[in-house]
Amino acid sequence: MAKKVKSSNKSKLSALVVDDDGVCRTVHCAFLRRHGFETSSVESGRQAVDLIRSGQKFDIIFMDIIMPEMNGVQATRALRAMGVKSMIVGIDCDLDYINEDFMQAGMDRVYEKPMTSEIAISVHQALLNNNIV
Amino acid sequence: MLGLETYRLVTDMNRLLALLFHQGVLDEQFLQLQQLQDESSPNFVSEVVNIYFNESEKLLRNLRALLMDREQWEYKKVGVHLNQMIGSSSSIGANRIRNVCVALRGASEQNNRLGCLRALDVLEHEYCYLKNKLHEFFHIEQQRVLAAGIRYPNPVQQQQHHQNHP
Repeated sequence: MAKKVKSSNKSKLSALVVDDDGVCRTVHCAFLRRHGFETSSVESGRQAVDLIRSGQKFDIIFMDIIMPEMNGVQATRALRAMGVKSMIVGIDCDLDYINEDFMQAGMDRVYEKPMTSEIAISVHQALLNNNIV
Repeated sequence: MLGLETYRLVTDMNRLLALLFHQGVLDEQFLQLQQLQDESSPNFVSEVVNIYFNESEKLLRNLRALLMDREQWEYKKVGVHLNQMIGSSSSIGANRIRNVCVALRGASEQNNRLGCLRALDVLEHEYCYLKNKLHEFFHIEQQRVLAAGIRYPNPVQQQQHHQNHP
């Protein structure tokens, strides 16, 4: 489901962080920037859908799952229905407790918070690997 | 070589951190945040922690208002607030606060109002403790930065001095 990354002109991969919490947005973006991503962030699933509908493209979207109004699963379904092929990674606390079918919704991976260097490195490598012919 | 003052301050910082780790108040995630701090973002940890304090205070006020409401139990809103606090606490390594939030969530699911209010009291206490300790930590860090700045002249000035006095 994740699209192949164009490597020719881009020096950095682009990441969108979707999270209703300001601490998480700040921490996630800091880890991602440290590990080679350009980052943007929005506060809700609705803002993510609107941003991408407006034409913005990202190599990867980090999606918080429990959010008011439109949650991460609903936002992911909406993005996939729009034809978005970016890697979508769910990230939230206590995934067993949340008990949703993340992959069926269209997520490529899910992680438990907190964001770490290991997660940032792993997804960065996965995106680069997707580009190997 | 570190001045004696700077050495004492660094020792104080390390001792305070070791205490907080030993108590389980902080976990390894706090160290991961410190590793993100560098010349381009020299105050990263204190900035993130300040965001955490501001957001947490709002969340705690909202939680208290929701749980004290005798007429309506807005279970879903409590869950969303708690999820947010669990996420932000785990993101900065506030381990004990995270655990108390999980316990509060459990009490909320069981409709245990008294259990919720007790857990909320504990949560507020833990939050105050963490806030005081981290303020202390950043205060010592600020003193350390000032002490290092006074002791060692600006590297640019030092270079100019050497150029003028070969």
